[in-house]
Amino acid sequence: MNKPVQVQTDTATPTDFTLPVEGGVPADGLVARLREHVSVPVAGLLWLGAAAVSAAWPDQTAWSRTTLLAILQAGVGIGLVGSALFLARRPVFKVISEYGLWFGALAVLITAWEVLTAKTGILPLPFFPPPQSILEVYTDDVSRLLESIAHSMLLLLPGYLLGGLVGFTAGVSIGWSKSVHYWGYPILRFVGPLPATAWLPIAFFFFPSTFSAATFLIALSTAFPVAVLTSSGISTVTSAYYDIARTLGADTRFLITKVAIPAALPNVFVGLFMGLGSSFAVLIVAEMMGVKAGLGWYLQWAQGWAAYANLYGALIIMALLFSSLISLLFYVRDRMLVWQKGIVRW
Amino acid sequence: MVALAPSSADAALHGLKVQVRNVSHAFDTNGEQLDVLDEVSFTVQPGAFISLLGPSGCGKSTLLRLIAGLDEPREGKIGANGVRIVGPDPSRLLVFQDPTLYPWRTVRQNVALGLEARGLIREQAHRVDEALDLVGLSAFADVFPNQLSGGMAQRAALARVLVNNPSLLLLDEPLGRLDSLTRMTMQAELLRLWQDAAFTSILVTHDVEEALLLSQQVIVFSHRPARVIGTVDIDLPYPRHRDDPRFVTLRRELLATMGLEHQL
Ligand SMILES: Nc1ncnc2c1ncn2[C@@H]1O[C@H](COP(=O)(O)OP(=O)(O)OP(=O)(O)O)[C@@H](O)[C@H]1O
Ligand SMILES: [Mg+2]
Repeated sequence: MNKPVQVQTDTATPTDFTLPVEGGVPADGLVARLREHVSVPVAGLLWLGAAAVSAAWPDQTAWSRTTLLAILQAGVGIGLVGSALFLARRPVFKVISEYGLWFGALAVLITAWEVLTAKTGILPLPFFPPPQSILEVYTDDVSRLLESIAHSMLLLLPGYLLGGLVGFTAGVSIGWSKSVHYWGYPILRFVGPLPATAWLPIAFFFFPSTFSAATFLIALSTAFPVAVLTSSGISTVTSAYYDIARTLGADTRFLITKVAIPAALPNVFVGLFMGLGSSFAVLIVAEMMGVKAGLGWYLQWAQGWAAYANLYGALIIMALLFSSLISLLFYVRDRMLVWQKGIVRW
Repeated sequence: MVALAPSSADAALHGLKVQVRNVSHAFDTNGEQLDVLDEVSFTVQPGAFISLLGPSGCGKSTLLRLIAGLDEPREGKIGANGVRIVGPDPSRLLVFQDPTLYPWRTVRQNVALGLEARGLIREQAHRVDEALDLVGLSAFADVFPNQLSGGMAQRAALARVLVNNPSLLLLDEPLGRLDSLTRMTMQAELLRLWQDAAFTSILVTHDVEEALLLSQQVIVFSHRPARVIGTVDIDLPYPRHRDDPRFVTLRRELLATMGLEHQL
């Protein structure tokens, strides 16, 4: 980044308007450029080194996927070095080099993990499985994992969408109508803070299937924050917006759909974001407690067999899955709120 | 420039007569009553252009809101063409002191708001472009309001109202944020528009010159609670010139009415 131009008004000569320069390149410009062009090849070499450690240093007890691990590490290393050699002028390299330091750090981290577990056994099994054992989970237990992912998504998404819709509708009604507010708001205030998981035993009892009970609870956990934030968004819309629309001949329907809702939309998305977070929690607990399928269930199953590699493997998948869902939500929000900039980043 | 001419169907409506009769108004703030208008009465003839002049905070914006039908006066009556005003109507439009564009709509969509609300957008979409052209914002039609300057936002707010072809135009310091050059251009445009479309115009302004340049009559208000303390008729033909001796005389008269003769 260039430093802002310093204008000294007391000794205003033309030279005062030049940038502070040292050796042709501003000081932090040099660091940035070094980082951009050196970090990626260095990270690539670190990954190649990690591959060498995995392949050349024998395991204490032979793991079946050590070779695969080495191949993958070498692949990442070659990819990074190759991108620095052949893609350096492409825009995609900007993105890669942005995370250059991260790539390097990951190589170091994984190597340390590998050395401390498979190679030396300083960190003991079964609590500290080596990286290749997690690879083994992904290669050997893939069908069960995929099935679990599918189950979790089929439970989460309908529940979340239903809850979002119900929460939005309730929020708009409570925020807009005085009489709905009178009856609805106290219920929201009283029942809302109960964690949806607290309903679990009752829901499993009342609903015909654990699946429908879990869907209900996920919907409930989503609906509450969405309703609260939507209603507060609607009720705090500045009256000037309504005055303008009213003088221009807007009817109630127009005021709700074209004024109140768009004005409250940023709030609605905050609610949807919070609802997504709590729906993840409910999903996993519901799967652990009764649904007998999905990633939550997989975690419990793995724990039952003391299969810690499977546990870590599933956690990594969950992290990827859930952060992708949040990214998707933020993408949708950014598309719908292009007019608004600088809100919560993800 | 493009004429935002009224369609023939609207022509009959044009130029509302406004009657303000003994209007008093107050606000309740923290349990206390704040008197804002005190027995205000005046009449605006159809198609006339009048200005309201008064100290800051005396109640001018409040009065415009009452005429627009956004609020009801505590006492007294306000009529449009002899019919009591009980609510807002697209024939009486207010250009608010604060532009308040909808931030989620582009400038074009903001200007189209009234036509959209009344379901006329399909037939009259061209009026939106005409109005944007009129206020010189065609190049900014597709940007969001957060990218506009204060003056541009005010012009957009003006276009948002003009596009609806009102019979009564209530202007609450609509040119307050413009630089003096743009301001003069917009004053001339406003005048031309008023002469073409023949709507009734009530302008709130702090600017004595602006009132003298634009209006046929200036109503001067006291400090809050606002009372009418004087009326000055501006019997000058348009276009008016600041150095016209009659203009100078009228300005002195107006300042005297405002109690500011020593300012000369
Ligand atoms: N909604 C409201 N609630 C309470 N008080 C209000 C409200 N609107 C206006 N007032 C008060 O009424 C008085 C008149 O306000 P108004 O906005 O009409 O003044 P104004 O003549 O337009 O002033 P300016 O020239 O500065 O715009 C002020 O004292 C203001 O504080
Ligand atoms: Mg005002």
